[in-house]
Amino acid sequence: MSGQYMELFIKAVFVENLALSFFLGMCTFLAVSKRIETAFGLGAAVVVVQFITVTANSLIYEYLLQDGALAWAGLPEVDLSFLGLVTYIGVIAAMVQILEMVLDKYFPRLFHTLGIYLPLITVNCAILGGTLFAVERDYTIGESVVFSVGSGFGWALALVGLAGIREKLKYSDVPVGLQGLGITFIIVGLMSLGFMAFAGVQL
Amino acid sequence: MPEVPPKPVVRRESVPRTLLVAFFVSLVCSSLVASAAVVLKPRQAANALLDVRRNILEVAGLMEPGADVNELFAMVEPRLVDFETGTYVEGVDPDRFDPIRAAKDSERGMAIPPELDVARIGRRAKHGLVYLVRKDGEVTRIILPVSGYGLWSTLHGFVALESDGNTVADIVFYEHAETAGIGDFVSQDAWRARWPGKRVYDEEGQLRLQVFKGRVAADDPLADYRVDGVSGATLTGNGVTNLIRYWLGDHGYGPFLHKVQGEGS
Amino acid sequence: MSSPAKRALIDPIVDDNPVTLHVLGICSALAVTTSLLPSLYMCVALTTVAALANASVSAIRKVLPTSIRIIIQMTIIASLVIVVDETLKAFAFETSRELSVFVGLIITNCIVLGRTESFGSKNSVGLSFLDGLGNGLGYSMILILVATCRELLGKGTLLGYTVFSTVADGGWYNPNGMMLLPPSAFFVIGLIIWAIRSLKTEQVEEPEFRIHEVHRTEAH
Repeated sequence: MSGQYMELFIKAVFVENLALSFFLGMCTFLAVSKRIETAFGLGAAVVVVQFITVTANSLIYEYLLQDGALAWAGLPEVDLSFLGLVTYIGVIAAMVQILEMVLDKYFPRLFHTLGIYLPLITVNCAILGGTLFAVERDYTIGESVVFSVGSGFGWALALVGLAGIREKLKYSDVPVGLQGLGITFIIVGLMSLGFMAFAGVQL
Repeated sequence: MPEVPPKPVVRRESVPRTLLVAFFVSLVCSSLVASAAVVLKPRQAANALLDVRRNILEVAGLMEPGADVNELFAMVEPRLVDFETGTYVEGVDPDRFDPIRAAKDSERGMAIPPELDVARIGRRAKHGLVYLVRKDGEVTRIILPVSGYGLWSTLHGFVALESDGNTVADIVFYEHAETAGIGDFVSQDAWRARWPGKRVYDEEGQLRLQVFKGRVAADDPLADYRVDGVSGATLTGNGVTNLIRYWLGDHGYGPFLHKVQGEGS
Repeated sequence: MSSPAKRALIDPIVDDNPVTLHVLGICSALAVTTSLLPSLYMCVALTTVAALANASVSAIRKVLPTSIRIIIQMTIIASLVIVVDETLKAFAFETSRELSVFVGLIITNCIVLGRTESFGSKNSVGLSFLDGLGNGLGYSMILILVATCRELLGKGTLLGYTVFSTVADGGWYNPNGMMLLPPSAFFVIGLIIWAIRSLKTEQVEEPEFRIHEVHRTEAH
């Protein structure tokens, strides 16, 4: 059982990395990866938000939205799965708002470091993408928890890795047209190739 | 004397105003979404059914381009089978049976013990669907849904056996996410064509069918039970072998197939 | 077409292309670019949502309170995406299975939300519609370019029709398998950006540091 969870975790971090295999969360990914400290802070925030929202949305899907889910309320024929998208984004927006308030009250320094990036997590494709994948693959609640932490961590890992490389690249002689955005894409492509090497790893 | 700016007649930020706008927008959006879902649902359900039937007809050897799928499907009879006993289950409508939903249910499904779960699927239902293809009342093919983990994804497909319950007639994988250009050989016609005529069980009833690593030699005594693999795609090939081993083995349709072999021919 | 309308429609295609200049909105798309057909559906879906969302937000911009601005915009976008998703499942079932979660991800697509926030909430309905359309087309252009490259070089086909006959089918072309793997999408976009910025040098980013050569005579 735990072996299965371990495998799911490894897959979510490396082989099916949300950023490097599915291209999710690119906007913030490319914008924040210029400095390692901001990347670290944002990555940690993403892991926390991913864990809370994927778990919450999985519970909502399982007990409220999916076909036959409302059997406990006496409505076994009702299928509300089409409301999924708008419900998930609402939950994500609410959770991020709550997280913002908690950070502001108890961790004000972290709150200030993250600045604008915290509310931007709401529209980060990786967060909504994580929820949508967990629902599409019909994960149990346990699997959702493992997947959420894994996928969040994988995204954060890719982000910090990219930030490290870009900091080193500041002193390199990049061709004029590739400076900034262009070379970043090439680097991310190479990182993606590297992470694919973990395919087929069995524990 | 400081100038007091004139107060706007209607305050945009007032609470009642906010609630009113929020309510109105929610009403419009939810009506739009709900009507779209309700109006389109029958069409979507019909499409999903058509998709499943098309795949079954394909592996039954009945599919013709441009033909009416639902009409052709009249030749196929879905039945439910109890995995443990291998007997048909009566009293439950096969058309309304959802194997994935049943697998998750604590009563209708069960967790597969890890040492038996070679296909790495976790859970399965206690009953399984089989599709019997009939011509003039006689069963010509038996179609079994199979699934299992390859390298990157779960493969979903159908295996068609001849009426003796032992000879492979066809195999089709309709869903997978294996490596494009390498592992996706499972959905290519050339590889599929290597399966008809292969046998599942040997004379002692042992399951021998597998995807071989490499090319099967012509003089290999076990050639009847081996299908050529594809170089560079061993793990996907192993995934296929594993799902065959599970679903056609003792924990899957094995008991059912042994019954068919005992009765028929 | 009047000038501001023309600018709203044409600018985002090259001069102000949301993907290559502003790094917006590529998330929900790259994973489907292994084939051209699903990518085309994706383009139509996103352009429709962008145009209609922009127009809707513009229609209520005068009565929308600032405090709930963002969430209302997201609700409108989410509702439109659900309608598009359900329509796809009803009329193009096979492709909708390939597109799976990526149509849903249009909700968080930076282009759509970015334009409703910056343009739709401040301009007229007609102009907003054209702006959404223009940005959708700019995004579509990049997506189609990437998908064409990947499918053609990776499989030798376009829209399913064989263009380069592959070696497996007895032809001459040995397909470039890497084009069907995720990293290639990044490489292709990087190269497209390089091409655009070589042609339109005003889009080149300034490097943050420059290394100056210091001659021995200057070093005191």
